[in-house]
Amino acid sequence: MTAVDEIKIGGMGARRRRVEDNRFVRGKGNYVDDIVLPGMLHMEILRSPLAHARIRSIDTSKAWAMPGVRLVLTGETMAARNLAWMPTLSYDTQAVLATDKVRFQGQEVACVIADDPYIAKDACEAIMVDYEPLPPIVNPMQSLAEGAPLIRDDKENQPDNVIYDWEVGDKGGTDRAFAEADLVSKIELHYPRSHPSPIECCGSIADFNRSTSKLTVYMTTQAPHIIRAAVALVAELPEQMIRIVSPDIGGGFGNKVPVYPGYVASILASILLERPVKWIEDRTGNLISTGFARDVYLHGELALRKDGRILGVRMQTTADHGAFFSDAQPSKFKIGLMHSAFACYDIPNAHLVARGVYTNKAPGGVAYRCSFRVTEAMFFQERMIQAAADDLGMDQAEFRRINFVRDDDFPHRTPWGFLTDSGQYGKCLDVGLEAIGYQDFLKQKEEAAKRGRLLGIGISTMTEPLGAGNSREYDILGIKMFDSAELKIHITGKALLRTGTKSQGQGHETTWAQIVAHELGIPAEDIFVEEGDTDTAPFGMGTYASRSTPVAGAAVAMVSRKIRAKARKIAAHLLEISEEDVEWELGRFYVRSQPDRGVTIQECAVAAYSNMPDGMEPGLDNTAYYDPPNLTWPFACYIATVEVDPETGVWDVLRLVAVDDCGVRINPMIVEGQIMGGLTEAYAMANMQFITFDAEGNCIGSNFTDYLLPTAWETPGFELHEVVTPCPHHPIGAKGIGECAAVGGPAAFVNAVIDALKGTGVRNIDMPVFPDRVYEALQTGKDVSGAPPVRTA
Amino acid sequence: MSNLYEVLPSVSEDDVPVRKVTIRVNGESLSAVVEPRLLLAHLLRQGFKLTGTHTGCDTSNCGACTVLLDGQPVKSCTMFAVQADGHDVMTIEGLAGPSELHALQEGFKEEHGLQCGFCTPGMMMTSKALLDENPNPTEDEIRWALSGNLCRCTGYQNIVKAVMWAATKLQDQ
Repeated sequence: MTAVDEIKIGGMGARRRRVEDNRFVRGKGNYVDDIVLPGMLHMEILRSPLAHARIRSIDTSKAWAMPGVRLVLTGETMAARNLAWMPTLSYDTQAVLATDKVRFQGQEVACVIADDPYIAKDACEAIMVDYEPLPPIVNPMQSLAEGAPLIRDDKENQPDNVIYDWEVGDKGGTDRAFAEADLVSKIELHYPRSHPSPIECCGSIADFNRSTSKLTVYMTTQAPHIIRAAVALVAELPEQMIRIVSPDIGGGFGNKVPVYPGYVASILASILLERPVKWIEDRTGNLISTGFARDVYLHGELALRKDGRILGVRMQTTADHGAFFSDAQPSKFKIGLMHSAFACYDIPNAHLVARGVYTNKAPGGVAYRCSFRVTEAMFFQERMIQAAADDLGMDQAEFRRINFVRDDDFPHRTPWGFLTDSGQYGKCLDVGLEAIGYQDFLKQKEEAAKRGRLLGIGISTMTEPLGAGNSREYDILGIKMFDSAELKIHITGKALLRTGTKSQGQGHETTWAQIVAHELGIPAEDIFVEEGDTDTAPFGMGTYASRSTPVAGAAVAMVSRKIRAKARKIAAHLLEISEEDVEWELGRFYVRSQPDRGVTIQECAVAAYSNMPDGMEPGLDNTAYYDPPNLTWPFACYIATVEVDPETGVWDVLRLVAVDDCGVRINPMIVEGQIMGGLTEAYAMANMQFITFDAEGNCIGSNFTDYLLPTAWETPGFELHEVVTPCPHHPIGAKGIGECAAVGGPAAFVNAVIDALKGTGVRNIDMPVFPDRVYEALQTGKDVSGAPPVRTA
Repeated sequence: MSNLYEVLPSVSEDDVPVRKVTIRVNGESLSAVVEPRLLLAHLLRQGFKLTGTHTGCDTSNCGACTVLLDGQPVKSCTMFAVQADGHDVMTIEGLAGPSELHALQEGFKEEHGLQCGFCTPGMMMTSKALLDENPNPTEDEIRWALSGNLCRCTGYQNIVKAVMWAATKLQDQ
C-alpha cells in the first residue's frame, strides 16, 4: 500500500474540472431571479430623473388604484418606520427612499409591489413626483469650490461637501527628500468612474413568515453573514431569526457587497404584506445606482536622483464618493489601501494626503476587483514610474529593476507601514521581458517609426496586499475579518465541507475540496462543498478583495489538519501502536518500522463511528477559525505592446504578456481563468469603459449602449506565465489572485499607448484612452484629461 | 399534445387584449395565453419555468437571453412572445441529448469556458448556431460570432477554446 497520487485524486496542483459546471452548462443554475416562492410578489423601483432636487410632493394615488398593486412605499412611509435612512458600512447614512431631496440621478424615490413585474413597472410610471431642481455637482473641484451647494444638508455637523481629510507617511522626511532631489517628476491624472457590471444584476427575495417570525432573504450578495448582521441592525430583528441565502451568483466583482435600498425595501414590504417579495433590478438601475468603482484624482510626484534611484514619493488624491459614503471597506484608512502603492520599490520616504468629497452621483468607489483601492494605488504607481523613467531618459525596465526591493531584503517595511514578506520582483520582470522579446521589440519600434508607424510597449510591475485581514487592523462594523471552515467526515470517509465564503464564479466548490484532498488524501470528488446559507454556513466575512484563498482557504487547511490529528489517534488505536510510531503519507497512516502495515483515512473514519479508542469522543468533525497574521503579497509583471494609428487614434493590442506570482496554486486552470478575467477588465478600463456625467448631472453610462464592455472581438489574447514564491505565513503557501490582473493590468495598456506617443510631448491621456483623445493628443502635443465637465453658466 | 400554461397575471388594464401562442420549445409543443407586450424571455422563464435563459440588460446588448429561433440565434429579450407563435425555439435546456451532454457543454467544462455561468447558456446557443453553419471555424470566426454575447468573468479566451474543442469532437463523430 502506498500514498494516493495527489493529482489523480484532485488535490492541489490538479487542473480539476469544475463541479459547478455540471449545473451551469445545463442551464440549471439557481440564481436569485430563478427562484419562485408561493404567493411571491414583485417590486419595482421608481428612480429620480434629476441629479439634485428638492421633493415638493409625491402623488401615489394612481399607482395604488391599479389592479394588481399591493403596496406603494415612499420615503415618507419608510420614515414613519424609521427606515428612510440606513447606516452604511463606512459609518455614514444613506437614503433608502428619498425624503427631502434627491441627491443623484437614479436615486430611489418610491417602490411598487404588485402581482407581476409588468404591473409594478406600469404603476411606477403612474406615480407623480414634483421636483424643484437644484444646481448639481458633478466634479470634486465643484464640490470644494467656495459657495458650492451643500449636498448633505441632512447631516448635522456637515458644513461642506468634504467627507474626510486623511494623511499617512512622513511629511518632513519626504519634503527633505524632494529638496535634495536632482529631478522631480510630476503627473496629474484621473482614474475614471467605472462599474463592475456583472452580467447578473442585483436582486433579492425577502420572505417574512409571520407564523415562525423568521425572515429569509435570498440575495445577490458576496457576504451573507455581513448582510445578516446588517439586517439585524437596520431592521431591528433578532439575528437568529434571519436567514440570508446567497444561491448562485452571476458575477460579483464587488458590486454585490453593499446593502442596497432595494434589499431593505423588499424586506419591509415582505414584513408588511406577509408574502415573499422579489426585487430584481434592471441594468439601468444597476449602472446608475449601485456601487461604482474608482473616480479618484491624483497629483503625484517622485523625487529622483540622477542615477535613477527614487528618494521619495508624494501623492495627493481626491476621491469622488458620490452622494453617500457607502464604501464596504474594512481598513481603518479612509482611502483604503491607497498607501500600498510603491510596495515593490525600495523607497525611503513617502507622504500621502487623501481627501474624499460628496457629489451628486451614485454612492460608492470601492468595488470592481479593487482590493480596497489597490487598483488605484497600482495604476497611479505605474503611471508615475513610467513618467519618471521618461523624465530621466532611462529605460523603463532598468528604472524599475534598480528600484525594486531586493530578494534578500525581506521582511520589508514600506515607508507607509506595510510589511511585505517575500518576493522575486526582478525575476518576474525578467520572465516578462524574455516572453515579450523586449530588445527585439524596441528595435522593431524604431524601424516602424521610420515608416511613420507608432508602436509602443508598456510595463506594469507591482506587489499588492490581498487577504483582509488581520484583526489588529481590519474590521467591518467592528466585526473582525476572520473566516471559518467546518468539515464533517461521514462514516464511509466521504466528506461535507462548509465555509463562510461565497463564490460568484471563482469555483470554491471545486477548489476547497482540493485543499482537503491535499491534507487528508480523500479524493476531491468525495468532498461536497457548500456555502452561502447563513443557517448552515460557519461564520465568514464573504468573498471579495481576493480574500478567500488567503483566509478561508487557510481555515480549510487548518480544519483538515485538526481532523488528521484526531484520525492519527484513531490510526494508532487500530494499528495497536503508540501514536509516536505513526507516520502519515497522503491518504494513509502507517507503522514507521513496517510501512506496509497501515490504515487508510477512510478506515479511520469508519472507526470513528464503530471502534473508538477509550476516552475519545466519537465522530470525525471539526471547525477551524482563521485570523490571518498578515495579508499575502502576490506580485506581477504585465507587459503590453500596441500599435497606434496616427490618423484615427485607434490603438490595437499586439501582445499581452502576464507573469503572476500568487504562491502555491491550488488549481492552475482556475488561477489562469481569474487572471484572464482580470486582464480583460484591465483592457476594458483602459480602452472603453466609462461612466461620466454632463454638466446637468445626467449619468452617461447607464446602459450598455453608452457603457461599453469589450466583446470577444475586441478582447486581446493573453500569454500567461508564472513565478512561484510560496507565502511564508499561509498554511498551504497560497496567496490571493482574483484581482491582480485588474489591479496591475490597466497601466500596462496605458503605458504602451503613451510609449507609442513618445517624443510628441504627451505624458498622459486619461483612461479610457479613446481614439478621439489619442487623436487630440497627437494633434496638440498636450495631455488629455477625462474629468467630467463643470457648468460654467 | 400541447400543454396549456395558465394566464400570466400581467393584465393591468381591463381592456388589454391577450393572445394564445403555441411554440415548439425544445421539441415540445407548449401553449400560453399572453399579453402582446410580454417578452419571449419572460414567457420562457416565468411561463414555461425554463430559467436557463437569463436576462442581463435592457438594451439587447449582453446576449444572456440568446435562444435559437428556427435554428437562428435571437435575443429573446428583444422579441415578443407573440412573435414566436408557431415557431421552434431551442433553449439551453434542449441542448443536451437524451443520455449525454452536447459537445459544447462538455467543451465548456473541459476548457474552463465559464466561471459564474450566467452568460453561458447564451454563449452556448450562439456557438451551436455557429457550428451548425460552420463546423470548423477559425478563432476569428468564433470571436466574431460571439461578439453579441458579453462575458465579464472569462476574458473569452477559454470560451474560444471550448468552442474549438466542441468543433473537433463533433467532427470526429
